[in-house]
Amino acid sequence: MSKIGIDVGGTNTDALVLDGTTVLAAVKTATTADVTGGIATALRLLLAEPNVDRAAIEAVIIGTTHFTNAVVSRQGLKPVTAVRVCLPASAAIVPYMDWPDDLRGVVRAGHHLLGGGHEYDGQPIAPFDAEGMARVAKQIADSGVEAVAISAIFSPLNPSCEEDAAAILRQHAPHLDVTLSHKLGRLGQLERENVTILNSSLMALARHTTDAFATALKESGIEAPLYLTQNDGTVMRQEYAATFPVYSFSSGPTNSMRGAAFLSHINDAIVVDVGGTTTDVGCLRHGFPNEANNIVRIGGVRTNFRMPDVLSIGLGGGSIVDMATGTVGPKSVGFRIGQEARIFGGNVLTATDIAVAAGLVEIGDKSRVADLDPAFVRRTVETMYGMVADAVDRMKLDAKPTPLIAVGGGAFLIPDTLPGISQVVKVPHSGVANAVGAAIAQVSGEVDRIFRDRTRDEAIAEARAEAIEQAVRSGADPATIVVVDVEDLPLAYLAGNTLRTRVRVVGDIKATSDITTKSR
Amino acid sequence: MSAERVVTLEELDFLATGAWILGTGGGGDPYHGLLALKALYAEGARVPLIQADTLADDAMVGVISQMGAPVVNLERTADPAMTMKPVVMMERHFNRRFDALMLSEIGGGNSIQPFLAAAKLGRPVVDADTMGRAFPSVFHTSFAVGDLQSYPYALADIRDNEVMVMRCENWLWNERIARKILVEWGSRAFSCKAPRTGREVKDWGIHGSVTQAIEIGRALHTARLRHEDPIAALLTQQNGRALFRGKVIDVERRTTAGHLRGVCQLEGLDDNRGEHYSLEFQNEFLVGRHDGAIEVTTPDLICVLDSVSGEAVGTERLRYGQRVTVIALPSPKLFLTPKGLAHTAPVAFGYDFDFVSAFPAAGI
Repeated sequence: MSKIGIDVGGTNTDALVLDGTTVLAAVKTATTADVTGGIATALRLLLAEPNVDRAAIEAVIIGTTHFTNAVVSRQGLKPVTAVRVCLPASAAIVPYMDWPDDLRGVVRAGHHLLGGGHEYDGQPIAPFDAEGMARVAKQIADSGVEAVAISAIFSPLNPSCEEDAAAILRQHAPHLDVTLSHKLGRLGQLERENVTILNSSLMALARHTTDAFATALKESGIEAPLYLTQNDGTVMRQEYAATFPVYSFSSGPTNSMRGAAFLSHINDAIVVDVGGTTTDVGCLRHGFPNEANNIVRIGGVRTNFRMPDVLSIGLGGGSIVDMATGTVGPKSVGFRIGQEARIFGGNVLTATDIAVAAGLVEIGDKSRVADLDPAFVRRTVETMYGMVADAVDRMKLDAKPTPLIAVGGGAFLIPDTLPGISQVVKVPHSGVANAVGAAIAQVSGEVDRIFRDRTRDEAIAEARAEAIEQAVRSGADPATIVVVDVEDLPLAYLAGNTLRTRVRVVGDIKATSDITTKSR
Repeated sequence: MSAERVVTLEELDFLATGAWILGTGGGGDPYHGLLALKALYAEGARVPLIQADTLADDAMVGVISQMGAPVVNLERTADPAMTMKPVVMMERHFNRRFDALMLSEIGGGNSIQPFLAAAKLGRPVVDADTMGRAFPSVFHTSFAVGDLQSYPYALADIRDNEVMVMRCENWLWNERIARKILVEWGSRAFSCKAPRTGREVKDWGIHGSVTQAIEIGRALHTARLRHEDPIAALLTQQNGRALFRGKVIDVERRTTAGHLRGVCQLEGLDDNRGEHYSLEFQNEFLVGRHDGAIEVTTPDLICVLDSVSGEAVGTERLRYGQRVTVIALPSPKLFLTPKGLAHTAPVAFGYDFDFVSAFPAAGI
């Protein structure tokens, strides 16, 4: 089956057609202010390629930074009223308290705290305050606010309070954008509430944007379903993306790493992406990036999303080399490399100049670096190799020799052998790795819950069954589903055998159902 | 150090950072308490900090903590109105106002709790605690080492439930009874321990621990501003020792009797390349083995820090691939006596070996 992968970056929109494991065609266009213009252009260019068959396209998958950018730039966001079901617990730290002032100013449309929520063991904290919710719902309906975020304590364990609150809200105000926090998963009430608010705030923009994507698709004559990529390297359907735009946050680095894995046919590896100013090092396990375990701030707001664990060091093709000390970076000429690097006629000595002098790569005018002392060039190359080796070693998950995938415009700065590295693989066409990552994105299911009075095996089995069911509901082909992550954590100071268990599964997008959809 | 001064808004962040490090892997993240305290400061509250030796011998001091499972903190956030409940209970019981409040535990989230009650009630906080770090139970406190009376103590729930425990056989029973009650309340209770006289705090408190936490936080902050190594700055300031620099290659956890136990394996980086370290923990880090040999045990403070930021890494957040530095800080002197060691050395946690200090020169 053929799929189109599109990466909408800040500067460029890359798109390609992937047939099985073959890239049939790839194009690069400028990202337009309305985002969709660039996509329409890219699709038109792709379909003009002689070996691309419009009718054979089974899915179009878009990776975009659009919603992250909206939060970061505080644009396109709707005001949100936050409802938290918690009392008598958690009354002091109210919604929006730890937000940056400017973002709070744009998004906050008041908050309400209500009686209810649950304890870790499933007991109610207090009876759900349905009367209070009815009063709040009337107020919200009268206020004219268009978006609401509902969260309740321990809702990932028991979502009933959030569901009851939403049902009452619908009676009074049926057409609001509402997000329930348990739909966004994980434990950590404040962070989950923050994500819930951001999501509701983005829903109008997401609807508009995904509709525009769909229109661009339709106008190009492609009748395949539209997906958006998520931060974990998997996809969501267009309707789901319109409802949960926050899931697209940070899908860029994930797509890049997964694309690199795909192009090199290696699933467990260190990926090193050498750009103009920095080198990003990440680690792939089973074809997915290893995730950072920390609180991640988005636009200054604390969230508990899982993001790829990426180490950035100040080494890139444009890194400035200090003639006196021999140090490289972190200062870089950046995008001005085409004018400022010596080999391109400038006067700044960069990492690329050293690489050319050392014969690692042939670009620009080599005669402009002929005056460099060969011993100095050799030492500087060693310095750069040392920086890469150190970063790689820090990101490796174990002592076993691991393959390394080198991508990016400055990949020539990576040596052919490194300690602890079994082989260095340099991938052709790695410039479109992001779009490839989008094209190959799979469907996932995840469960992160507290299990009581079960053995570890029972808890994991139960979580796995639920995760698989979720993945199938989201459009995965059951035959292709594999478990990619199992994590369990016994919890301190809780009575009985209490285990927090997380299981994640992924599968390929189911082709047959797509075909059925198409034929109607 | 002057007898009384006000803890500034800027110092609250330092206190939380330092307290998380003094938590030696446990004690819980102080973030929520810090947010709640900053909100009180924003309303104009300021908490005075007084030195223990300035207390009158007959002063009455309230010992404040929050008890329960750290996971509950993920969902149920700090609330000063709840923290002050058991303080009010105790004052009602004795029909006397506390002259000051103090910390039960400087390590982790309980570093902030007494400040929440103090800010609400307008009381000073004593620059002292009973652990100098985090420990799993009241049995490991300096007041238990001193065989001070462990009752009465007050426990309060977020709902309208309050329990006054009038007597208990000893500190072990004190803990057992409290645990039974708090499980019913969603594994969270707000507590005011047995009141202490000024004399008792002077004789048996761990003095200066609030200032210590603030100074640790300040050292990290200052070093980062200057682009210097925050861990090196911390070690110099606290007379600590770096034991190992490496990355986490395995974490094994299990719960027994309600405690998170486990072992974390590290593989060396930098100067420790080719070497191995293992850390055994029971909520907090208890034993460090360098290439198999025991190098450090409780009551020395064993802290695991993010190698770059210098921030503490809790035992619940240890994860494959993290790059960390293991350091030791000297134990409070009070725990180095034979009686102190009986409550805090490895034997107090079921091990059959004695205290091994990372600071042998200091002597026991």
